[in-house]
Amino acid sequence: MHFAEPLHLASGARLRDYTLVYETYGTLNAARDNAVLVCHALNASHHVAGVSPKGDTGWWDNLVGPGKPLDTQRFFVIGVNNPGSCFGSTGPASPNPDPAAEGRAYGADFPVVTVEDWVDAQARLVARLGIARLAAVVGGSLGGMQALAWTLRYPERIAHCVAAATAPSLSAQNIAFNEVARRAIATDPDFHGGHYGAQGVIPRRGLRVARMIGHITYLSDDSMEARFGRTTRAASEDPHAPPFAYTTQDIEFQVESYLRYQGDKFSEYFDANTYLLITRALDYFDPARAHGGDLSAAFRIARDCRFLVVSFTTDWRFAPQRSREIVKALVDNRTEVSYAEIDAPHGHDAFLLEDPRYHGVMRAYFENIAREIEARPAAAAEVRYAT
Amino acid sequence: MSERADLEIIASLVPQGSRVLDLGCGNGELLAHLRERRGCTGYGIELADEGVLACTRRGVNVIQLNLEEGLALFDDRSFDVVLQLDTLQHLRNTERMLRETARVGRIGVVSFPNFAHWPNRVSVALGRMPVTRTLPYEWYDTPNIRVGTHADFEVLARKNGLHILESFGLQKGRVVRHLPNLRASMAVFKFERT
Repeated sequence: MHFAEPLHLASGARLRDYTLVYETYGTLNAARDNAVLVCHALNASHHVAGVSPKGDTGWWDNLVGPGKPLDTQRFFVIGVNNPGSCFGSTGPASPNPDPAAEGRAYGADFPVVTVEDWVDAQARLVARLGIARLAAVVGGSLGGMQALAWTLRYPERIAHCVAAATAPSLSAQNIAFNEVARRAIATDPDFHGGHYGAQGVIPRRGLRVARMIGHITYLSDDSMEARFGRTTRAASEDPHAPPFAYTTQDIEFQVESYLRYQGDKFSEYFDANTYLLITRALDYFDPARAHGGDLSAAFRIARDCRFLVVSFTTDWRFAPQRSREIVKALVDNRTEVSYAEIDAPHGHDAFLLEDPRYHGVMRAYFENIAREIEARPAAAAEVRYAT
Repeated sequence: MSERADLEIIASLVPQGSRVLDLGCGNGELLAHLRERRGCTGYGIELADEGVLACTRRGVNVIQLNLEEGLALFDDRSFDVVLQLDTLQHLRNTERMLRETARVGRIGVVSFPNFAHWPNRVSVALGRMPVTRTLPYEWYDTPNIRVGTHADFEVLARKNGLHILESFGLQKGRVVRHLPNLRASMAVFKFERT
């Protein structure tokens, strides 16, 4: 969907003349009140569910689909790729419409975006689809932050917020990990201040290292230990080989092999400038800041929305304690909220996996929403929305 | 069915339209009943996964938390009624939880198995720990770590500065007001801070 009208950003800059790619699943009902927006996190896109013509499975295909917890036979599900990302929507790799750029890609000149900017862009798209009020906005991690931001920016346009494995802001340690990843990219000799595209190169080394760091924060200590332990690559290939090769630069342990593989894969498709932008959006998210650090005051405006907050006990990137802060802020405002703390072993990654207790709670919550929608008398007049 | 009758009796202690916190809300049946029949709002606290799922299915607001970590999420007197039903006997920090209940709610309602119910006295007198419908565990295999009586609670309440508004026993779905310490398997108390 193309937007000619500029988007005013939190930074004061504007994103002019941009395109958002999106996918939908299921059917919008006559009352246009069964729509659910799914917000993606760092390494994900608008392709939420199903299998693309190229054979890629949607990143939340285990949750979204016919008969699945977010049932596309009852809901109209929308996935949008956020501006600044690299999966089709306008981003750093897109041509800069500024005449001074002479058709070159934005590169490092792409404006810095925030979670709130993304929500504004999503709200415009949803309005253009003729939807006055979303039945729900769902997301995990950074996607969960977007879902929360929806209730703060457009509380009358969202009925339910489902936020998994998320936090009301990043901790110093979270920011530190993001900064290490950014430094790895920015100090890559092929980075060229973000204008690597014009140089025809990619800062692969930086992207690989950034991915390796990120990946470690998504897994739990226990799950890494269970999966890799101290297994050497030599032993996994030939049990009778000598254990160590005594090298500092070649792969010795299985976990190294795995991380390098993850890094290699990532650097093939992920845009470096996008990585910088998205980690910054994570760093900046802090709804309490405008209220002097009072998260309860921040959520006052959202008190008529209904929430499901989910955390995972082994998630050390966004620990359950952070979700409890959100729940407290909601409870202080007498908001309708349910909170599940799932005892899953997979760390932060768990929000993308298929734990039966997690999916059970999600399914139950969405079933209630669907039943409420289906119990309503059908709207007499079509709802129009002016952009 | 006496469980249904018990539920309705407890529900009748909650004023219409109250803001309620149900500590250890199980499958959310009481909260759903209070919402539908008595116009109440509020939350349930429940640790067990099965309970959390059952509550979510009922559309009841449930918060998955360990009670004994304290009710840190809730401010003083932020609820009209705090319920602690059939939970006291499982808690390590009984007194602290009782004080917390009275801190968070204007009124507290507590129910627990009454160990002084006469069949239990007979069993102990005959030399064996009782195994009954209300206390269905063996002594070596019970989650009930606090074993008290109706009369014991009156003492505990006074000790913690709680004023008892109403108390009675529950036996087979019926209210017992005469000699509840002897004649009822469950003790029920409604109290506030003095």
